[in-house]
Amino acid sequence: MTDGAITDGAITGGTGSRKFVTESYDDREHAGFQARLKKYEGQTAASSAVGKDLVNEPMIRHWCEAMGDTSPAYEGPDAIAPPTMLQAWTMGGLSGHTDRSSAYEDLFALLDGAGCTAVVATDCEQEYVRDLRPGQRITFDAVIESVSDRKTTKLGTGYFVTTRMDVFGDGELAGTHRFRILKYAPKERRSGPAASTTQQGAAKQEHAEPRVVPGAESRKDASPALRPRPVINRDNAGFWKGVSDHRLLIQRCETCELLRFPWLPGCNGCGSARWDTVEASGEGTVFSYVVMHHPAFPAFDPPYAVGLIELAEGVRMISNVVGVPAEQVRIGMRVEAEFRRFDAELELPVFRVVDGSAGAGDAEGEG
Amino acid sequence: MSSGGVGQLEAGAELAPLEIAVTRTLIVAGAVASRDYQDVHHDAEAAREKGSPDIFMNILTTNGLVGRYVTDRLGPGVRLRAVKIRLGAPNYPGDTMVLRGTVTEVDDSTGTAEIRVVGANGIGHHVTGTVRVAFGAVREGEGRA
Repeated sequence: MTDGAITDGAITGGTGSRKFVTESYDDREHAGFQARLKKYEGQTAASSAVGKDLVNEPMIRHWCEAMGDTSPAYEGPDAIAPPTMLQAWTMGGLSGHTDRSSAYEDLFALLDGAGCTAVVATDCEQEYVRDLRPGQRITFDAVIESVSDRKTTKLGTGYFVTTRMDVFGDGELAGTHRFRILKYAPKERRSGPAASTTQQGAAKQEHAEPRVVPGAESRKDASPALRPRPVINRDNAGFWKGVSDHRLLIQRCETCELLRFPWLPGCNGCGSARWDTVEASGEGTVFSYVVMHHPAFPAFDPPYAVGLIELAEGVRMISNVVGVPAEQVRIGMRVEAEFRRFDAELELPVFRVVDGSAGAGDAEGEG
Repeated sequence: MSSGGVGQLEAGAELAPLEIAVTRTLIVAGAVASRDYQDVHHDAEAAREKGSPDIFMNILTTNGLVGRYVTDRLGPGVRLRAVKIRLGAPNYPGDTMVLRGTVTEVDDSTGTAEIRVVGANGIGHHVTGTVRVAFGAVREGEGRA
């Protein structure tokens, strides 16, 4: 990039794109936006820009130190600069660039305005035609080669911008540098006190592309997301009937008396299809658990603990462990079932930690 | 060409792997040495606000490490002619990246060779790319400004 200010990182995994099946106002509006972006292709990003420092030994040494590069080619009176430093000589550093073209600035402002406020580097292709040596003055020209169509990536939705830069040492071409970045609207923001600009930008993007940012519901939404509904069928209807009566029912094989949970048509032990139910006492212990931090699903408020509870009767059941902060849940804690209402239609059994209960983790002590 | 490493250059040859401990220090040192002050390479909170779980290595550092890997393995007699990389899984602190290289092409007439490089970390391929090196004498006119 002609840029120094922008660099780096990576796209997580593949960039599988989301399919859009409907043509809508948003799509047409977007086509117009894309056409505006395409106009920047071929425009100058930087012209005869000057590197802030001459090629110099200290910067070479600091680079080699960071990279762990001990090659003798980069030391001594005949030292050359590591060729991979090519872009480093063009970077703006903390004080930024002063000679960026207005086309480049405009393209970035346009993308910022569309919510694509974050940037990550994805490709760097460098060819080196001449060594750079201490004392040389760096100049560079850059052109915006291409702006991609809108892409949905794991980081968020955005546009790939490719620039090509020619870097000169004392006026002679030292190398070329092609650089691709993804400028994108971050998909998900952690709720923090200062998530200002990115959040505003992303909100704009959500407005333009409501389908592109799934699962980003916030608690501020007008209609809060509801928990998923249980799938009730002939095999498990008896269990959910029990829940509605505030009774935790376990199936029992009428033939061999083996208890089973979750509900199934046949016995795991003998295969018999004959069964009746027993009502659980509701007492149990945490057999295992996880604390969910990420990803944040609609209607769930991380961190929260999901426990595998071994009931006093011997079967195990999964639900939230409540009554203590999620990070204090431990294996072995005693719990008691209670029924919690989540919305007008949904009531679920959850497990409340019994006062004074200590799990195995407490016994081990914590670091 | 004086380097012993270059004598082994033949298509299909594998370079010994190089393990890089991805420490916070390496990420920050690499970012600063490359004059890259983007906050996602030194400020974990800022990185999280941008949807990343932590700071991560910048592409210039990856580029430098790939170049170093190849010249380390082939010896000081080779010169880098091209480094072309694509990033995948980010390098987060605490991870380890293992760089591996395979010689894919050796051209004695031009004195160049191409090496395919892959750097894998705990979550996938951080970097894939190709490096072209010159193993003959430095070409006429080069090495002089």
